[in-house]
Amino acid sequence: MFKLKVNGNEHAIDAADDTPLLWVLRDHLNLTGTKFGCGIAMCGACTVHVDGKPMRACSVQASSLEGQTIETIENLANAGQLNAVQRAWLDHDVAQCGYCQSGQIMAATALLNENSNPSDKDIDTAMSGHVCRCGTYQRIREAIHAAADTLEKEADA
Amino acid sequence: MKSTDDLTSLSRRGFIKATSLSAGSLMFGLYLPARAGTAATGAAVQVNAFIRIDPDNTITLLINHSEFGNGAYTSLPMMVAEELDANWEDIKLEPAPTSPEYYSPIFGEYLTAGSVSTGSSYMPLRTAGAQARSMLVEAAANLWQVAPGTLNTRDGQVINPANNERASYGELLAIISREGITAPENVSLKDPADFRILGKGMRRHEGPSKVDGSATFGIDVKLPGMLYGSMARCPVYGGKVASFDDSKALKIPGVVKAKQISNGVVVLAKDYWTAKKGRDALEVSWDEGPNAKLSSEGFYREYRELADQPGMLAEDIGDSVAAIASSDRKLEAVYEMPYLAHATMEPMNCTARVKDDGCEVWVGSQYQSNDRTLVAKLLGLPEESVVINRTLMGGTFGRRSSKTADFTIEAVEAARGEEVPVQVIWSREEDIRGGYYRPLFVHKMRGALDEKGMPLAWHQTVVGQSIMQNTKHDPAYMVNGMDGYSLDGCLQEPFGVFPYGTSYKIPNHRVESHNAPKVGVVPHEWRAVGHTHTGIAYECFLDEMAHAGKQDPLELRLALTKDNPRMHALLTLLREKSNWDTPLPAGRARGIAARVYSISPIAQAVEVTVGDNGEFTVDRVVCVVDCGFAVNPLGVEAQVQGGISLGLSAVHDGNIDLENGRVVQSNFHDYPVMRIDQMPTVEVHIMDSKEPPTGVGEQATTPIAPAVANALFSATGKRVRSFPLSKHGFKMV
Repeated sequence: MFKLKVNGNEHAIDAADDTPLLWVLRDHLNLTGTKFGCGIAMCGACTVHVDGKPMRACSVQASSLEGQTIETIENLANAGQLNAVQRAWLDHDVAQCGYCQSGQIMAATALLNENSNPSDKDIDTAMSGHVCRCGTYQRIREAIHAAADTLEKEADA
Repeated sequence: MKSTDDLTSLSRRGFIKATSLSAGSLMFGLYLPARAGTAATGAAVQVNAFIRIDPDNTITLLINHSEFGNGAYTSLPMMVAEELDANWEDIKLEPAPTSPEYYSPIFGEYLTAGSVSTGSSYMPLRTAGAQARSMLVEAAANLWQVAPGTLNTRDGQVINPANNERASYGELLAIISREGITAPENVSLKDPADFRILGKGMRRHEGPSKVDGSATFGIDVKLPGMLYGSMARCPVYGGKVASFDDSKALKIPGVVKAKQISNGVVVLAKDYWTAKKGRDALEVSWDEGPNAKLSSEGFYREYRELADQPGMLAEDIGDSVAAIASSDRKLEAVYEMPYLAHATMEPMNCTARVKDDGCEVWVGSQYQSNDRTLVAKLLGLPEESVVINRTLMGGTFGRRSSKTADFTIEAVEAARGEEVPVQVIWSREEDIRGGYYRPLFVHKMRGALDEKGMPLAWHQTVVGQSIMQNTKHDPAYMVNGMDGYSLDGCLQEPFGVFPYGTSYKIPNHRVESHNAPKVGVVPHEWRAVGHTHTGIAYECFLDEMAHAGKQDPLELRLALTKDNPRMHALLTLLREKSNWDTPLPAGRARGIAARVYSISPIAQAVEVTVGDNGEFTVDRVVCVVDCGFAVNPLGVEAQVQGGISLGLSAVHDGNIDLENGRVVQSNFHDYPVMRIDQMPTVEVHIMDSKEPPTGVGEQATTPIAPAVANALFSATGKRVRSFPLSKHGFKMV
């Protein structure tokens, strides 16, 4: 048994201590937006935010994260309002099958939190740990630039 | 506004052999389910098999094709919404049940495959929408006591332009029910000039669920009390469990049980992690069977030997053998393509609940009717007692069209005898090693040039495992023992169910086929199927001929397609859009390839830059495609970008090796896949066309591989003939 703070809520988790965060989120908290892709931190489908930083949920034990703040794709919208990255994703019709996109959006959101105006190279560096087999990369790049523009305008306003 | 020409006016009960539509349209027998007017008073009205309207104006479309990124959940509703004049926002989607009225008119089964969903749905779904619209107009006409022909429809309302009176579709349902209004025998469809939805770039209907984590894929299905399953399978295909010891597994808290099923041993537990730990703790002794010595190297050797032997004759135009024998300008080459895994982002999984009198399955599958048949057979149940619930799926690229329903059957076996539902999830390692692969192929190529340096004769021998042989599709796809899928893309003439040739005309053209023994892996469809290997062999060898004959590769293709106006026009467009005639800066080189798959011609020109160390970048890809009328240009662009990504990934470093009957690769560290830093800028140009829509889901996967290989040759003089490129020191950065 251990405690976990996910999306603003404290949970008592009845899972083995070695259970990766991914499977606690999915099988114990029914937060299925975080996806299983490879299990070895090679594809990024399971990316969540831990204390605001992107982390591969498949490769970190949930019990080691007691006291830290975990945020998943389900909590990105603020009172029903999608964040700028999510909106740009819709506007650019990025998703195809959509399976990797939770992780992509979590990574892109973290990137823009750190770097408000990323270059193509910055985007490649931040996003190359993420696999999309449908090949939505071109639109991901466009959407991240668009989200950066939106955030800049909102900051100026 | 309405046209009633032969193309767009259908009889409701009609079976239309649409031979008048286009060269390829003989595939498009159209069947429109006749279930109109089954209205119940006061409630929702099922207007026809595809459309249900609720009093609150919600329009529910029953979609009979799977969504796995292909865009069926957008392009198909567009067809209905257009003719129904519905509000796009009012439309909800529901997977249509596994019932014959929803079977694909092309396959006669509930199957989403072959890049035919859009083309085959275009007339039936537009007609379904127009039928519904006609009934609503009739209801309003009765209400207002005017002639139906005087009324308009727009945004989910019938409008009387004389007095601007309006009635929402939901309001009119009661009249349809009360007065027993039925679908008309004949209905006219819109003139394309009046389209407001079709042909416009529409964003994905289910898109919002894919940015907030709410989309439900098969792996996301949660049922009360459900157990999770993880499988131990024999590392050698066809091997069996000799014995197993589960004592260590059962000591792990949360592991419920381990049991043997047909394909191995499954461990059930309260969560997936625990099930996987239990699986890893099993001690299984395997009877590996006869396949434990199989290796890719062995297959290459065996196939090369076969390629030197005469094969079954698939095509023999002119006299290639004599033309090559007597030529002093001949070429010969052998091309080799490895096994490929699909590596969908969502690993295979299936959830099943089995009771004595029925079974319910939740699965991301392309092939519901086959799943249902095989599950019913396994359990000894009538098919009506098996319910297949279709979920979204995290990619397929063909993997989820399993002819054996392998991952579904496994889950049903795991759930059999359990009180609760069971979800079996494959790990990435199980997926990469799963053995349903694009089969390994060897192509022996021989050719001769004429005195002008143009191709005079072509002689290709194709060796590999047949996908369709000895399956239930054997009668449809096999022609005199030859599999059309093995040969698709290297024949000049139509072959079996494939109604198109390469688009090139070479005066002497001979193709022979060997079916390699079906041992070991299961040869399986992989996005664009035969073209994934025939495309490389054909387009690279054609490039070899062009260089040997001192021909420009694009000029050569233009000359060979003089009798094929569609491809010729496409190549002319490619010449313009790719700036083919403009010299490139030093260090850059071009390559080209052109293909026809599932009717749609497609061509690509690429530009690469290669460093001294073999590192290369794909700087630019220009793709031109003729898919007839582009139902959703935004979706077409997505499919083209995605196909290019998948094809480029495979040709660069996609490789599954067998050694001692075992797969060497296991996860993304040794089965690398395309990433964003490698993705080129893709420019997509859709040929303007009024022809009926044809497929675009798989087409773009095929030209990119030979186009890049040809560009690398142009840049370095190094001709790669065995794939992937990474075997030869090339590294895409």
